[in-house]
Amino acid sequence: MLMLINLRSSIHNCPFVTVLVFTIVVTLGAFGAGLLGALTGLGGGVVIVPLLVGLLRVDIHYAMGASLVSVIATSSGAAAAYVREGYSNVRLGMLLEVGTTIGALCGATLAAHVPASGLAVVFGCVLLYSAYLSRPHPMSDVHPTSPDPLATTLQLDSTLPTPDGPVPYHVVRVPTGFALMYGAGVLSGLLGIGSGAVKVLALDKAMQLPFKVSTTTSNFMIGVTAAASAGVYLHRGFIDPGLAMPVVIGVLLGSTVGARVLATAKTKRLRSLFAVVIVALAIEMLYNGFTGRAGG
Amino acid sequence: MATVTERDDEAFEVLLGRVLQAGVVLAAIVVAIGGGIYLGRHGHDVPGYGVFQGEPGDLRSIAGIFSAARRLEGRGVIQLGLLLLIATPIARVLFALVAFARQKNWMYVGISAIVLALLAYSLTGG
Repeated sequence: MLMLINLRSSIHNCPFVTVLVFTIVVTLGAFGAGLLGALTGLGGGVVIVPLLVGLLRVDIHYAMGASLVSVIATSSGAAAAYVREGYSNVRLGMLLEVGTTIGALCGATLAAHVPASGLAVVFGCVLLYSAYLSRPHPMSDVHPTSPDPLATTLQLDSTLPTPDGPVPYHVVRVPTGFALMYGAGVLSGLLGIGSGAVKVLALDKAMQLPFKVSTTTSNFMIGVTAAASAGVYLHRGFIDPGLAMPVVIGVLLGSTVGARVLATAKTKRLRSLFAVVIVALAIEMLYNGFTGRAGG
Repeated sequence: MATVTERDDEAFEVLLGRVLQAGVVLAAIVVAIGGGIYLGRHGHDVPGYGVFQGEPGDLRSIAGIFSAARRLEGRGVIQLGLLLLIATPIARVLFALVAFARQKNWMYVGISAIVLALLAYSLTGG
């Protein structure tokens, strides 16, 4: 923590920081965030904003804009790998997208009216909650055996490809899942993150889908949700090309490298490391929020 | 639904995944080219992100971004690349709508159209 603050003041006070140096520092930071995000499967979006706000004194609105476009990049970039596996439930994803895009439009519009310090405090709380979610926990292995009438009407039941052939599964609690997705959309638009953790939670815990279906369907939805927020962010002037450029390129390179080394990495230890990093960043964001250092 | 249709859809999905990946690569190349122009001209300026002022008007609208990019302004070219990136998930929804139409699944054609309309509303400045 102290190290972070020291580093921040040294970068902030140095008169020799030019756009070029700034771009290189941001690219390296975004690379690290993309790498960690891909290795842990939690996405890099939640790390980018506190990194830019806490370490580099970037106003939180610009940080959110840059983070949001990087979320789209990783979601679309990973799509090819995901669809090849054939797990994602496109009908379910599309139906829930109605909820997330409406939520994202509300959240992004709200973001323009909430002061920077308020956004930082909300962000800090979401970070703490993400750290709590990222702890090792048993995946729900209770799966519904009988069809839900609403899910049947909406054609949401599908099959899971396995070595022994396709296994049918059911979807339950559609209204709860839809409401949670609206909430995930609001968070995504309000903070410029993918809110993949909330989406997986809704699909896995509330709607009781097989875990692989939850993660791949969530990836499909993250990009579309972020695109809904991105339009509002663009018109409000949150997306700065000079900042988004190193963030997008760094995150894309980091997540590409991360996906390559994923097979050999010890993800359990990495998830613990990531949780520690997130808690440190949460404290940093709350500190910035309460002391009014998150920008104007 | 017949198995033939589902296998057909699977091939369509794989193709779609490749199209999206190509879109991301293309967007990243455009962003990098714009970044090169921007750093070449402004690399020695002092960055000013501490206070939120919002982007200038021409980098906030689709038409403005296209004209800034046509003038080969570094920031305009980067913004064009970011627009391409934002377009990739929208293309994904559009492709899904086409796939549903091929299956004659009109309920999901309608749901996809709602999502597309919401995305269009956001991008056109609603």
